[in-house]
Amino acid sequence: MSPLAATFRRDFALMWGAGGGAMAPLGFFLGAATLVPLAMGPEHALLVAAGPPLVWLAAALAVLATLERLFQADLEDGSLDQLLLSPAPLEMIVLTKGAALWCAIGLPIALAGAPVAIALQAPLELVPAIVVSLGLGIAGFIGAGLVGAAVTAGVKRGGVLISLIVLPFFAPPIIFGSAVAGGAGFGPAFLILAGCGMAYAALGPIAAAAALRLQAE
Amino acid sequence: MGAGGPFQDKPGISVHDLAIARGGRVLFENLNFAVQGGGYAEIRGANGSGKTSLLRAIAGFLTPRAGEVVFANVEEPGEALHYLGHLNGLKSAASVSAHVRYWGGLLGGGDEREALARVGLRRIADLPARALSQGQSRRLALARLLVAPRPIWLLDEPAAALDANGRAMLAELISTHCAGGGLVLAAVHEPLGVEPDQVVTVAA
Repeated sequence: MSPLAATFRRDFALMWGAGGGAMAPLGFFLGAATLVPLAMGPEHALLVAAGPPLVWLAAALAVLATLERLFQADLEDGSLDQLLLSPAPLEMIVLTKGAALWCAIGLPIALAGAPVAIALQAPLELVPAIVVSLGLGIAGFIGAGLVGAAVTAGVKRGGVLISLIVLPFFAPPIIFGSAVAGGAGFGPAFLILAGCGMAYAALGPIAAAAALRLQAE
Repeated sequence: MGAGGPFQDKPGISVHDLAIARGGRVLFENLNFAVQGGGYAEIRGANGSGKTSLLRAIAGFLTPRAGEVVFANVEEPGEALHYLGHLNGLKSAASVSAHVRYWGGLLGGGDEREALARVGLRRIADLPARALSQGQSRRLALARLLVAPRPIWLLDEPAAALDANGRAMLAELISTHCAGGGLVLAAVHEPLGVEPDQVVTVAA
């Protein structure tokens, strides 16, 4: 098994295994999205206008909630040292960990975006664009989140600090993702979102790896 | 010695004028020593004298304040060495065999079953790490040295939590590794039961 295959398999198994809690972010996403109509009242026009974009807020917060322990656990139990000794570059290992996180929580949330969007009165023809854009947007959230998680790995209760670091980076995907969900569909907003998500996913691991090398000192 | 060993092109580590500081305090300066493949060297020193920092500097995790660590007959030091620290690097939810399989993949591995058999964990391979005792956890961490064959072992208090039987097993692992041309550098308080070829003392 190659270093990256082993990393993916281990991380995915730990997230889905006992106590890993990959279901928790999905539950958070569904719960938060369910609260939207309860908070805004049953007025149809309001829900149609504000509901689908709020799916994005719920997705961003669900991803945020998973970040704190992402590298902190590896630093505390000594696993981080072993990542540094792998023949695979640390950047690729971090990218692989992000990919495992995307498969374990990003994909389920993106798919759950379909029923949630329908429940929030999104037009049916928008649903495919919402699901695909959520998938890309969450890849971006994770890319930015890797950096925040790596920088704060040595900080106890670093969750709030992570939010401060990554939330500004979450803004572009949320802006364009909400435009997609709000009616733009597969248009220019979708393309910008896709570019943004891919760029974060590609660049985030490089910055995160640099931060992790400092954490090992 | 080393005639049929796996590490024929004997690796070497030489440390030149090394100085390490932690938190602004210099732990030691002007440290010089060299170890060759087939050799077992012990690092000794009081608590806080910098034994762990020395091992971490050799592993490349920590940037020394001055001096350098030079490797001989090793292409990429990070891929030729094992670091066994105080922390065992275990995930409580993953099983014993899952750990060994993961390390084999991550670090470039060999025979998982043999590695577990040699550290005496073969019979509990399916147990999750959270069910292991301290000593068993240490044995599992030692299995990492075996599943991915690498010539240089950097061990920090390797006998911690091991029982008499475990210490004998560790001594056997070290002598076998050295006999095969490998190099072992261990920070210890108590002798491990292997006669060191060299003792490095770190002190301020």
